[in-house]
Amino acid sequence: MYNWDFYTVLQSFDLFLDGIWTTFLYTVGSIVLGVIIGLLTCFARLSRFAVLRLFARSYQELFRCTPLLVQILWAYYALPMVLGVTISNTTAGLLTLSLYVGSFYAEIFRGGINAIDKGQREAAAAIGMSPIQTMGRVIMPQAIKKMLPAFINQSVIQVKNTSLLYAISVAELTYMTSVVNSETYRPLEAYSLAAVMYFVMLFPLTQIADHFERRMRRSD
Amino acid sequence: MTTTQPAIAVRGLTKVFGKLEVLKGIDLDLMPGEVLGLIGPSGSGKSTLIRCLNMMETPSSGQILVSGREVAPRFRALGNKIGMGELRRNVGMVFQHFNLFPHLSVLDNITEGPRVVLKRPRAEAEALAMDLLEQVGLADKAQAYPAHLSGGQKQRVAIARALAMQPQVLLLDEVTSALDPELVGEVLSVIRRLADKGMTMVLVTHEMGFAADVASRVIFMEQGRIAEEGSPEDILRNPRSERLRSFLSRFHG
Ligand SMILES: Nc1ncnc2c1ncn2[C@@H]1O[C@H](COP(=O)(O)OP(=O)(O)O)[C@@H](O)[C@H]1O
Ligand SMILES: [Mg+2]
Repeated sequence: MYNWDFYTVLQSFDLFLDGIWTTFLYTVGSIVLGVIIGLLTCFARLSRFAVLRLFARSYQELFRCTPLLVQILWAYYALPMVLGVTISNTTAGLLTLSLYVGSFYAEIFRGGINAIDKGQREAAAAIGMSPIQTMGRVIMPQAIKKMLPAFINQSVIQVKNTSLLYAISVAELTYMTSVVNSETYRPLEAYSLAAVMYFVMLFPLTQIADHFERRMRRSD
Repeated sequence: MTTTQPAIAVRGLTKVFGKLEVLKGIDLDLMPGEVLGLIGPSGSGKSTLIRCLNMMETPSSGQILVSGREVAPRFRALGNKIGMGELRRNVGMVFQHFNLFPHLSVLDNITEGPRVVLKRPRAEAEALAMDLLEQVGLADKAQAYPAHLSGGQKQRVAIARALAMQPQVLLLDEVTSALDPELVGEVLSVIRRLADKGMTMVLVTHEMGFAADVASRVIFMEQGRIAEEGSPEDILRNPRSERLRSFLSRFHG
C-alpha cells in the first residue's frame, strides 16, 4: 500500500500559490494580447487588401501548424541568435503564448462575424452607418454571442498551455510543482495536487462555455 | 427651380456581375413627391436597379445624382461628389426580409440611426421613434424584440426605422413578398399613407393592384432595360407590348 503523505507537500503550499499566480498572470496577459492580435488578424483577413490577407494568413498557418512547445523553445533559444539580443523567458513565453492563441482567436472571431447575415450589414449601411459603426454596433454585438463558447474553450486550452513554459523555467504552476517535488520527493502527491488545482480553475470555465452554447442553441 | 430638380437622377447606369450584364443602360428621373412603381419578371434587374439608387450595389458605369449632386462610390464625400454616407441619410431603404437588428428592441432599432448617425440626443430620437411607431400602429411594441413580432409587424418597424432618418426618398424592394398573405394589407396601408403624405418612393412590387393604386408612374423592366414606362393606367391597363401583356396576365389569372 502506498503511504500517502500530503502533509509534507502541503507545507510548500506557498510555492503552489506562487505558481498559480504566475499561471494566472501568463494566462490573462496572453489572452489580452491574443485578443488584440486575433482581432487585428481577423480584420486583416476580412480586408479588401490582398497583401494584408496574405500576411495574416501566413502568420496564422505558421502558428497553427507548429507545436507550441517548439515555438516556445525557438523563441527562447533560437530567436536571440537571429536578433542578436537576449530575450528573457518572460518575454519569450508571453510573446509565444499570445501569438499562438491569437492565431486561433482570429479564426473564432472570423467565424462569428461571417455567421452574421449580410442583411444586417446592409440594413446598417442603409441608415448611413459607416463601416466602423456597422462593425461596432451591429455586427460585433451579435457575433460575440456566437463566438463566446469557442472563445472560452480556446481560453481553457490556453490556461493549460501555460504549463509548457515549464520548459523555459517560467515559475508557473507546473514548474513550481516540480520544485516542490524535488524538495519533498513526493511526485505522486505533488503532481496530483497540481492536477486538482488546474481542474478547480478550469471546470467552472467549461461549465460557462456549455451554458452559453446551450443558450445559443435555444435562441436560434 | 429646386422643385423641378429630380430627387434622384440616373444616367446611363449599367451593372455587370462577372460576365452577366444585369443593367444595360438605365436613364431615370425621380421627381420629388413621385411614387415610382417598378415591375417586371424575376431576374429583370429591379432589385439591382433600386440597390444602385442608394449604392448598395456599385454601378459599373453611369451616374447617380441626388438632388443634382453626383454620388461617389465611397463613404465620405469626394470633391463636390457626395459620399454614400450622406446619400443613405437622404435615401432610405426597406428590405424584403426586414433585416431588423435582432439584438435591439423595436425602439432601439428605430433610434439607432438618428442617435448613431445623426447624433441626435436620445430623448429626441425616442420621441420621434414613438411618433413613428404610433403612425405604423405599433406603439405598444416599443420594448419588444424583433423575434417576438409577426412578419407584418417587423416590416412596419423596418419602415419606421427608415423613416426615422427623415429621408427625402424611400426605396422599397418587394417589401411584402416575404409575408403571409393575411399580413400584406397592414404593410401596404402604411405605404399608402406615406404616399398620401407626399413621400417620394420607389416601389418594386408584384402587387399590381397596389401599384395601380398608389404609383404615380410605373416602369416595366425587362432584361436590364426599361421596356415600358408611363402612368399606371397606361402600363397596367393598356399595355402596349406583347411582353408586358403576358407578364400582367400572370397576375390577373
Ligand atoms: N450579387 C450578385 N452576383 C451575381 N449575380 C447577381 C447578383 N445580384 C443579382 N444578380 C443577378 O442579376 C440578375 C438580376 O437580378 P435582380 O436585380 O435581383 O432581379 P429582380 O429583382 O428583377 O428579380 C439575376 O440574373 C441575378 O441572378
Ligand atoms: Mg428582386
